[in-house]
Amino acid sequence: MERSRREFLKIAGVSAAIGLGTGPVIEAVAAATGHQAAPEAQVAHHPEALKATRWGMVVDTRKIESAEQIERMVEACHKEHNVPMLEEARHQIKWIWETHFHNAFPSQSTDRISEHLEHTLLPVMCNHCENPPCVRACPTKATFKRESDGIVMMDFHRCIGCRFCMAACPYGSRSFNFRDPRPFIAETNKAYPTRMKGVVEKCNFCVERLAVGKLPACVEVSEGILTFGDLNDPDSEVSQLLKENYAIRRKTNLGTGPSVYYIV
Amino acid sequence: MNDKGKIVTGLVIFAALVTFPFWYNLGKAAPPPEVVLTEKAKAAGECVMPKEEIRTEHMQLLDVWRDTQVRDGQTVYINAKGKAYTMSLSNTCLDCHSNYKDFCDRCHAYASTDPYCWDCHIDNPKEGE
Ligand code: SF4
Ligand code: SF4
Ligand code: SF4
Repeated sequence: MERSRREFLKIAGVSAAIGLGTGPVIEAVAAATGHQAAPEAQVAHHPEALKATRWGMVVDTRKIESAEQIERMVEACHKEHNVPMLEEARHQIKWIWETHFHNAFPSQSTDRISEHLEHTLLPVMCNHCENPPCVRACPTKATFKRESDGIVMMDFHRCIGCRFCMAACPYGSRSFNFRDPRPFIAETNKAYPTRMKGVVEKCNFCVERLAVGKLPACVEVSEGILTFGDLNDPDSEVSQLLKENYAIRRKTNLGTGPSVYYIV
Repeated sequence: MNDKGKIVTGLVIFAALVTFPFWYNLGKAAPPPEVVLTEKAKAAGECVMPKEEIRTEHMQLLDVWRDTQVRDGQTVYINAKGKAYTMSLSNTCLDCHSNYKDFCDRCHAYASTDPYCWDCHIDNPKEGE
């Protein structure tokens, strides 16, 4: 008994020493075989990529004449981004949708608002807030604000579906995939991925289009209702519009600093 | 009391049982997978990285591509030879390798890995193929 215990301890000691000793060897082998993505390769921006320091959108509500105009924007966005069409209200996914003034601006509506505003539907989407509560709530950094251009983005790969961001967003800009979205996409855009069950999604200000020099899909079909540009550039079209017109933002009292403005 | 005989017999049986799968499969190694290249991939002649590297390192490359695309908005990858590609699994990789079953799946099944890229990235074929 005595002896076998000694033997055991000896063997254990030797194995531990071998185990410790192999660490550096493994590392050396890994280094020698160059275990990393080709170091000589480079990455670059697309030559036509649109750039800004703070992207923003201006909605000219005076130009809205019919609900069809907004439906066209919704259709363009949802087609582009493979957003599923689900019947059941609690399962629906929305990146951009239409709503009444008193819903979009609960604290700004009074008992007498202009007839036009009272009867028109307004397009609403993620506001790409300057101080986004969704980003603070996200435990995985799946939702983050791009410091370079202010876009509040999602890395769907990282989203664990905890939905903290949905609770944090005061605008309801985010939707959760309660079901596998694939069967509910009528016509897939093969250039853009779909999402899977258990992932949150929202408007991304069309980053994938900006990156190749295109304006957001909703802006393109908006007949001048939507204007997109750099809020930090005093000469941009959006800055000009905001200089010349009175515009409001949604729920500014919360301190989120929306980048979507509505000329009323 | 000497159970030496019993213990040794037991050990031999144990060793035989544990190593049984090795004996059983001796000389019957599963053949390495054969991947099928599409016409488009054949015509391209070369991949983003040299064949041996892309074979072993495509997951690291895709990881870098994803972060660069999503976080930095850079979309162009210029490889060691100076050739430019769009960094996109959907639009670059799966454009040539539009035969998921006979390409991606073959090695992944052989290596017993189960990546779920295709839950979101559409397993082409794109129109006309
Ligand atoms: S609108 Fe909501 S989802 Fe969009 S950035 Fe602001 S808090 Fe986040
Ligand atoms: S649901 Fe996804 S994006 Fe939202 S907070 Fe959780 S991990 Fe972040
Ligand atoms: S900016 Fe792009 S993602 Fe956002 S609502 Fe418009 S089309 Fe959709």
